[in-house]
Amino acid sequence: MSRFRQHSVIPGFGLTLGYTVSYLGLIVLIPLAALVAKGTNQPWADFRAAVFDPRTLAAWRLTLGTSFFAALIDAGFGLVVAWTLVRYDFPGRRLVDALIDVPFALPTAVSGIALTAIYAQNGWVGRWLQLLGIQVVFSPLGIVVALMFIGLPFIVRSLQPSLQDLDPAAEEAAALLGASRFTAFRRVILPALQPALVAGFVTAFARCLGEYGSVIFISGNMPMKTEIASLLIVTKLEQYDYAGASAIALLMLVSSFLLLFMVNFAQWWSTRRQEKL
Amino acid sequence: MDRSLRLSLTEPKWVRNSLIFITVSFTGILIFLPVIAVFAEALRKGFSFYFASVTDPLALSALRLTLLTAAVTLVANLLFAIAASWCIAKFNFPGKNLLLTLIDLPFAISPVISGLIFILVFGARGWFGPLLESGGIQIVFATPGIILATIFVTFPFIARELIPLMQEQGTDEEEAAILLGANAWQTFLRVTLPNIRWALVYGVVLANARAMGEFGAVSVVSGHIRGRTNTLPLHVEILYNEYNFAAAFAVASLLALLALVTLTAKAALEWRIRLEYESAASSEKS
Repeated sequence: MSRFRQHSVIPGFGLTLGYTVSYLGLIVLIPLAALVAKGTNQPWADFRAAVFDPRTLAAWRLTLGTSFFAALIDAGFGLVVAWTLVRYDFPGRRLVDALIDVPFALPTAVSGIALTAIYAQNGWVGRWLQLLGIQVVFSPLGIVVALMFIGLPFIVRSLQPSLQDLDPAAEEAAALLGASRFTAFRRVILPALQPALVAGFVTAFARCLGEYGSVIFISGNMPMKTEIASLLIVTKLEQYDYAGASAIALLMLVSSFLLLFMVNFAQWWSTRRQEKL
Repeated sequence: MDRSLRLSLTEPKWVRNSLIFITVSFTGILIFLPVIAVFAEALRKGFSFYFASVTDPLALSALRLTLLTAAVTLVANLLFAIAASWCIAKFNFPGKNLLLTLIDLPFAISPVISGLIFILVFGARGWFGPLLESGGIQIVFATPGIILATIFVTFPFIARELIPLMQEQGTDEEEAAILLGANAWQTFLRVTLPNIRWALVYGVVLANARAMGEFGAVSVVSGHIRGRTNTLPLHVEILYNEYNFAAAFAVASLLALLALVTLTAKAALEWRIRLEYESAASSEKS
């Protein structure tokens, strides 16, 4: 043990590390290993049938498409929200800042039924959209709205620290050199915010891919039309098709890990590039 | 010159006002309206219906299971968080970054998958299913499964708050205590714990909100047996699917209240944690 770690007078290393690793193994690693085993330990034809049958393909398309658009809309509005919260002072600013955390704290089932009530045909917002001929509930649009709700905090909370840390000298230099405010934003501020914006977008996107509770009430869950991938896993489980459920889950898990790995790599790369400069 | 420079360092007033308008209306419609809607819908049939819904025996049994699940989850994850932050922050060893990544893993996993994995391990056809069945122990579709899934989804919450703070604080104070003759337990209780108490409370508050509100993972492992394996969020779903909307929103309003209390506590704790970080930074300098 003494060679494994650097020497220290503080006691408890073996005990705490042993406990940490065993608990991690029992709660996280063994169950995840079971998923990998169940997902891969089946004939390739079965795996392919589970992952690529028309109903599953429709669910993938829907999940990817709605998550992407929700994260994209959130990225645009999130930039405005983060900008106003950091740069401007207005009555109610602290309240808006606190509201951003609500989707983190509100149980997803509660957000799901609340959003459905608001966007239903007789709901507070739904009745106005109804006049415009837009139906939100039981359509892909409803899924996008629910995912926008879930994703917004990831974008705003990723952008805020970067906005606060921006060096005012760069903006002053741009202004002194004659750049208009818009040019300064486009050429100086936006490039500096880009890593945080991309990180926020990808995190929100990854989170949306696996979202379940807030979506299933507003989506209506019609196979081929408004059925998301997470729901398909639950459906397969209810039919005792554990191998099929595991195959879909495994593919979902791998894609969200890849996304998060990309974020971490991009962050590592951009900090390294900044250190070099 | 002076005037034009000042102008180009901020946006014109109309731009500022429109951006503020967009922010307030976007967050207002997307986030504030749903919160208000929960309470409005909950009270739609009046106060007496509201109280009848939240004091219904099935609602109360769901509340009991939710409280039990949260209590066990918090104790288990708190013990883990203390052990993990102690070995990671106070010692150097190879593989530390891998350990940190693995601790964060449950954050990246979809709620439905977090439930599925426990069915694969403890379900009737799972790894330990036959063994458990012969022993007469049921984990999945029973309370232990609900607790396990909840422990999994809240796994990193407390550890994530403690590890960076304890790393910032370093080992000087603990080393001094040990050299002055304190034993390990005294050192932890009298030196480390007072330094990290607010970060610890903060982590527990966040983990508690998630533990009481978790839906997807718990839904998969619960089996939806009314009065036995229903937590509050699952009870909301059942009432809603029975078109008993006012009762569903009444129970949901309890969870929404919990979220609002959590956010208030979070805001109140954040400046105390900043103080803990600042005192760590200043003791480093002296």
